Amino acid sequence: MNIGFYPGCSMQGSSPEYNESVQAICSALGISLIEVSDWNCCGATAAHNLNRELSLALPARILAHAAADGLEEVLVPCAACYNRLKMVQHEIGADRKLQDSISEILDEPYQGNARILSILDFLERDVEPLLAEKIMKPLKQKIACYYGCLLVRPQNILDAKRHEDPQSMDHIMQLLGAEAIDWAFKTECCGAGLSVSKTGVVAELSGRILDDAAHRGAKAIIVACPMCHSNLDMRRKAIEQHRNKDFDLPVMYITQAIGLALGIDPVKLGLKRHFVPVNLEL
Amino acid sequence: MENIHSHLGHSANGLLQEIRQQTAVNIQACYQCGKCSAGCPLAGEMDFPPSLLMRMIQVNKPETDEKVLGAYSMWVCLTCNTCSSRCPMEIDIPRVMDHLREKSFTLGKTNKKASPIIDFHKAFLKSIEVNGRLHELGLIVYYKMLTFRLMQDVMLAPGMLLRGKLHLFPERIRQRKQLAAIFKRTYKRRKEQEV
Amino acid sequence: MARIGVFVCHCGENISATVECDKVAQAAAGFPGVVHSIDYKYMCSDPGQNMIREAIREKNLTGVVVASCSPRMHEPTFRQACSEAGLNPFLCEMANLREHCSWVHEKGEATTKKAIDLVRMMVEKVKRNQPLYPIRVPVTKTALVVGGGIAGIQAALDIANGGNKVIMVEREPSIGGHMSQLSETFPTLDCSQCILTPRMVEVAQHPNITLYTYAELIGLDGFIGNFKAKIRKKAKSVDEKICTGCALCTTKCPQKKIPSEFNEGLGKRTAIYVPFPQAVPNKPVIDKDHCTYYKTGKCKICEKVCPAQAIRFDQPDEIVEVAVGAVVIATGFTIHQTGFFPEYGYGRYPDVLTGLQFERLASASGPTLGEIRRPSDGKIPETIVFISCAGSRDPAKGIEYCSKICCMYIAKHAMLYQHKVHHGKSYVFYMDIRAGGKMYEEFVRRAITEDQVNYVRGRVSKIYERDGKLIVKGVDTLMGAEAVEIEADMVVLATAGIANPGAEELAQTLHVSYDGHHFFSEAHPKLRPVETNTAGIFLAGACQALKDIPESVAQASGAAGKVNILFSKSELTREPLIAVVNRSAPPEYSTCVGCFLCQPACPYQAIEKEEIKDRSGKVIKTVARVNPGLCQGCGTCVAFCRSKSIDIQGYTHEQVLAEVMAVLEND
Repeated sequence: MNIGFYPGCSMQGSSPEYNESVQAICSALGISLIEVSDWNCCGATAAHNLNRELSLALPARILAHAAADGLEEVLVPCAACYNRLKMVQHEIGADRKLQDSISEILDEPYQGNARILSILDFLERDVEPLLAEKIMKPLKQKIACYYGCLLVRPQNILDAKRHEDPQSMDHIMQLLGAEAIDWAFKTECCGAGLSVSKTGVVAELSGRILDDAAHRGAKAIIVACPMCHSNLDMRRKAIEQHRNKDFDLPVMYITQAIGLALGIDPVKLGLKRHFVPVNLEL
Repeated sequence: MENIHSHLGHSANGLLQEIRQQTAVNIQACYQCGKCSAGCPLAGEMDFPPSLLMRMIQVNKPETDEKVLGAYSMWVCLTCNTCSSRCPMEIDIPRVMDHLREKSFTLGKTNKKASPIIDFHKAFLKSIEVNGRLHELGLIVYYKMLTFRLMQDVMLAPGMLLRGKLHLFPERIRQRKQLAAIFKRTYKRRKEQEV
Repeated sequence: MARIGVFVCHCGENISATVECDKVAQAAAGFPGVVHSIDYKYMCSDPGQNMIREAIREKNLTGVVVASCSPRMHEPTFRQACSEAGLNPFLCEMANLREHCSWVHEKGEATTKKAIDLVRMMVEKVKRNQPLYPIRVPVTKTALVVGGGIAGIQAALDIANGGNKVIMVEREPSIGGHMSQLSETFPTLDCSQCILTPRMVEVAQHPNITLYTYAELIGLDGFIGNFKAKIRKKAKSVDEKICTGCALCTTKCPQKKIPSEFNEGLGKRTAIYVPFPQAVPNKPVIDKDHCTYYKTGKCKICEKVCPAQAIRFDQPDEIVEVAVGAVVIATGFTIHQTGFFPEYGYGRYPDVLTGLQFERLASASGPTLGEIRRPSDGKIPETIVFISCAGSRDPAKGIEYCSKICCMYIAKHAMLYQHKVHHGKSYVFYMDIRAGGKMYEEFVRRAITEDQVNYVRGRVSKIYERDGKLIVKGVDTLMGAEAVEIEADMVVLATAGIANPGAEELAQTLHVSYDGHHFFSEAHPKLRPVETNTAGIFLAGACQALKDIPESVAQASGAAGKVNILFSKSELTREPLIAVVNRSAPPEYSTCVGCFLCQPACPYQAIEKEEIKDRSGKVIKTVARVNPGLCQGCGTCVAFCRSKSIDIQGYTHEQVLAEVMAVLEND
């Protein structure tokens, strides 16, 4: 199986463990990923906050490269990049005039037909069916699946099922032997891109998420977004100071959790890179 | 008398009409139920919660438009889409926020409190313009130059370096010239629009 | 030779402001066949009508064209005037100068010219009109009432008390509808069942009313005065004539955990059951889907314990065909369930209720005997939140409309709660308070000022559960959209009222029109609110649009009045604007070739086969014939006919073509 792959800056920069775990489970399951050639940053929050045309053009260049590489579908594990690519595809795809305008900026025709897969789309379709036979170490833990914003909203454009209470990660975690708890903050915002410029906001918002998960007995939080991960993991000290409370609650990418259940070496899954150590009894 | 809020003197080409034309969002559809403000995780940080901001745009007067463009609200908005996902009238508030931010920024009317946030975005875009991809260390250094927040997050850096989360040198794309040209074209267009 | 009179009306200034009426009259005077042409300020006034009558008599007119407004309003007026002067009323036509010309164009030569053209067309048409005579059809003086809620009950009683027969069909095992589920009613707080049950009993005992419960209407053919209805009486598995209603069977049935529909799932019932103590008829039915015997072939405990030996496991469904002259649809409404609301937990929280569920909690006959208790743990809620517009006025959820009854019942609920739980705190989240009605606003004010209900203007964004409390995240828009978070013990959603499932199917069975939300459409939103577009079928209650009890009752009485008017004569006349297959002299007899393409095209099953025989009785030809009683004059058969053998009387090919040519030839 050949699937296009857009890692995005976070997976190459501050969240290498997400990339490592995606690669590790794909090679364990015989799925090969083809990286989009000479890809650029999607522009993230900064572009759509300050420069709309740039916020459309940067993802459009990525889509153009995917098309030139002959990729029919592209896996975008980073929730933020996934959201931007889907939004841009939706906006430009529906508007002929905008297509022309963006083509002019790109200096090449807009080609945006590649199917963009989120990590959850991919896991549900390509990984879930292979899991049952390959699980070596079931994760017998109570966990909280945290989806955040960017994988579920806007629900119509992303075609998100049960956007107020999504289930796809929960389902995978149950397959891995874990108990996915029912909790209230699955899709609340973590503070996202204000991590540096308004750390206090992140401490408050991410703090509420940790608090609810811990209160309901979760032993770990499972995420699928580098921004959520860095806010809940790297910013843990700031959160704990802000709430005046310590949380013994590691945060793992869903791909790391799958890797562990498949028996892959934790180091290969990047689990040693976390600020909050992952010492789950497996 | 200054405090009397008069509904006379509506604009014919205020934010209300401009947003309708440029984003296809009809803010007149808002009936002020407040569900957006009730669900907004950042409403507490904002000077005007989303529903109030919609009302101010509906009022459609030059004075209120000025207040809207100088508001802090849109800069703390995280585009989490909670508001629009629950809005009974399906108003795309995040799209409106994008419009307000860009307009306020290009006209130089941004709220002072928002400077660190805007500086962060600027630093972010600079990093992409130069490298094609984000270079976190470069971003932070540039951000600190803009904001003079020299000591912020210094304690985090060694931990990040140790865990392989911070790279000293940027990863760069090959076609940097082509990318820089994309940036330039968008800047040029904005200048043309201003004129 | 045709002798046509043209009468041009100014309609005050409605026409004359943009059309030069005198010029129209002058031009018409010159049309071939026109012997009289005048204009006047108000043709519909008495002097105007007199002008027409006099002209008919004096000039011996053979046709009349009134150039005025739409025939919808005044065609009967002018045809009546013609008839009084001895002219067949169908020799009078109207040219619509107002809606089709003066109202939609600026003043100018072209406008007047268009008016002249419109008159010319009608003159050419009326020259080809034939005298027509109304069709007389007999009336079956029995009404079918579909639905046994308060609207159906009121309509049935009014018709029956007017001396006419009624057949009532109710889907559930008992009549009573939603009103029987309510605790108290606004704005008087009188007990719903206390005022309803006497009416239910009256229906059951009325000599003019035949009641079919646990039954459905499955077909309706025919036309006003002469419908044939097909009703399926579902097997109750109980012989009603023998059953004494002792209800011993319901106490012994081993299936005891079926959610009770009457209690909105908050209570349980058995498989053989009477929905509630005051049910009419008060005799049980077996719910086959849940009965142990029907599922496994074993049990029959009810049969063993029945002292009257009334259980009939082999009872089949029965199809009954009845002849009725009119139909009243009173099938009511339903509400969205709490699962409709993702942001309020997809219906996962047992203490988030619908308004109807709260009614059952507050009702003395309900599962808690009238004590407000949480379904989850039976505790009395200390803090309760009511949320209005839960789905209503919410285009994102597909419902633009206001459900109309919620503002009032929420005020009532909050009041009932405060009366029952004195130390409790109640909150109402609202957007607008719609309390238009006699003593309604006063009622809401009383809830706020006397019963200390806290009204908060704003919509709730999210509800989630934590440690047995429901966290309600709302906002107070009157405080600058300030966040309001309430830890509630119970939340009641005023969920949107919607059309019943199956409403669309029923509308198609009855050939009545319905709106985008499957509510049945009235014939005119203002002037014909109880009639449908199908003659002889009337509407009562919430199946037309959401309404409260007084409005439902008023509309039901209105529908009953219409039925009684219809039944006041032994036959009724219909306009003869129906299809006719031509007949001619032998040897053709008709241009119809007997292909019968028209037959499946007819939506009213009005096309019959007619055999034309010679004197010896030998069949020469089989041709189509239109049953004048069934035909509604829709014209579908005319379009389908390959040999142009069918015409609509009053709108024949010849007449319509003449109208078209009148314009074309003049240009």
